Amino acid sequence: MSSLNIPIYLDYSATTPVDERVAKSMAECLTMQGNFGNPASRSHPFGWRAEEAVEEARRNVAELLGAVPKEIVWTSGATESNNLAIKGAALFNQKKGKHIITMKTEHKAVLDTCRQLERDGFEVTYMDPLENGLLDLEAFKKEIREDTTVVSIMHVNNEIGVIQDIQAIGAITREKGIIFHVDAAQSPGKVAIDVDEMNVDLMSLCAHKVYGPKGIGALYVRRKPRVRLEAQIHGGGHERGMRSGTLPTHQIVGMGEAFRIAREEMAAENERMRALRDRLWDGVKDMEEIYLNGDLEQRIPGNLNISFNFVEGESLIMSLKDIAVSSGSACTSASLEPSYVLRAIGRNDELAHSSIRFTMGRFSTEEEVDFTIKKVREAVEKLRELSPLWDMFKDGVDLDSVEWAHH
Amino acid sequence: MAYSDKVLDHYENPRNVGVLDKDDPNVGTGMVGAPACGDVMRLQIKVSDDGVVEDAKFKTYGCGSAIASSSLVTEMVKGKTLEEVAAIKNAEIVEELALPPVKIHCSVLAEDAIAAALADIKAKREEQQKASA
Repeated sequence: MSSLNIPIYLDYSATTPVDERVAKSMAECLTMQGNFGNPASRSHPFGWRAEEAVEEARRNVAELLGAVPKEIVWTSGATESNNLAIKGAALFNQKKGKHIITMKTEHKAVLDTCRQLERDGFEVTYMDPLENGLLDLEAFKKEIREDTTVVSIMHVNNEIGVIQDIQAIGAITREKGIIFHVDAAQSPGKVAIDVDEMNVDLMSLCAHKVYGPKGIGALYVRRKPRVRLEAQIHGGGHERGMRSGTLPTHQIVGMGEAFRIAREEMAAENERMRALRDRLWDGVKDMEEIYLNGDLEQRIPGNLNISFNFVEGESLIMSLKDIAVSSGSACTSASLEPSYVLRAIGRNDELAHSSIRFTMGRFSTEEEVDFTIKKVREAVEKLRELSPLWDMFKDGVDLDSVEWAHH
Repeated sequence: MAYSDKVLDHYENPRNVGVLDKDDPNVGTGMVGAPACGDVMRLQIKVSDDGVVEDAKFKTYGCGSAIASSSLVTEMVKGKTLEEVAAIKNAEIVEELALPPVKIHCSVLAEDAIAAALADIKAKREEQQKASA
């Protein structure tokens, strides 16, 4: 057990540590001796060198997507990219129509952006997912209207890790001439991306889920056929006017290096992740009354989201104090509402409260997984001993038939 | 979120976990909360003929603060008369466990559990009196 670093990090979908290689490349862009210049400075070598580094990073990001570098716009992260993509495209095309389609299981950065557009007079359709978390393509086709201008569907869900069939959705939107935005914050390095094959028009990306730094992201903006956006941040006209602000060379270099590594190591890393994920699932799946949330096949390798019935998620996390995971329980969120993603895939409130998300990554080990299996089994058993619901379940009481005093 | 030492202590070493016979005429059972809300508490008290709580047991489904609140309540009620138990307020639980504002509802639920257990024992005793009258 000496190789274990406690606490164990199994929350890679929240964020990842920066890869040493990435950190090194970033450190070279900060000091007087380093590449510190303003990439927009055209009058001296400091600027030229910085610009070169930024353009190399742009190539690395583009290459992972099968895009050309000119289609990459730097932003502060996926939240900003989502705002720029959805607001930018909706506003630019508002004379054509004011209808947007998205899904109930999207990230808040998409949902809240859509809510804001609703306040500005747009209409938004929020699609229900199927029980496995995927978009129902037939139902989706029926929601498309004459005035639909933007469709926004995430690639990989942050909570349950399911992968949407982006190519199938893209075929539909392209045929209808609708702009297709994909929030791909969770997918680089985990799922292959080809924006041409997938007919994606806009794609939001960030670095910090791919072993890059926080505070940097990008938006892919298709050039052929050209997608036009209304800028959301105005200033010096950087990034072809789509996103003004001095480019943070060190952040951009870090993102470029992270995406280069992701591209080169994806195949090997995914194989390793899948083995770890299967090991974890095999270690717990025989437990009574546990439910895997989201499709097991159409899912990124490093994610397991499990509901442990009759045990509340926050107290389970408390018991797992040596393991960093997250929960869909209301008690771990600011809103006091259980996970809207789990509710949307049809889980009841109890199961949503009882869910734990385990996400593995580049630095996870078999020892960590084995330790986690042991701790989870102990904690669930302990908390079920404490749970009146478990007693009732064991006595054969149907909990749905009980009249609870809701508060 | 950081928990107070007292919450952690009750959570790690919960006092008086268990079940009393709910059909025992001297046992009052209170179950409050709802699974959909993320917490359910069951508090049971065993009351002597002269109205003193001799024993208390609980089981709770909920967050760490809910478990700690109910564990603490079983300690607070033991040895008290029913009148004294009825006077316990959630503020005492909040203070004792140093609960943050977002966890105050856990203490309210614990107070509700006390009230429900008291109501149960009262109803049982009234029924007994009626039966013996």
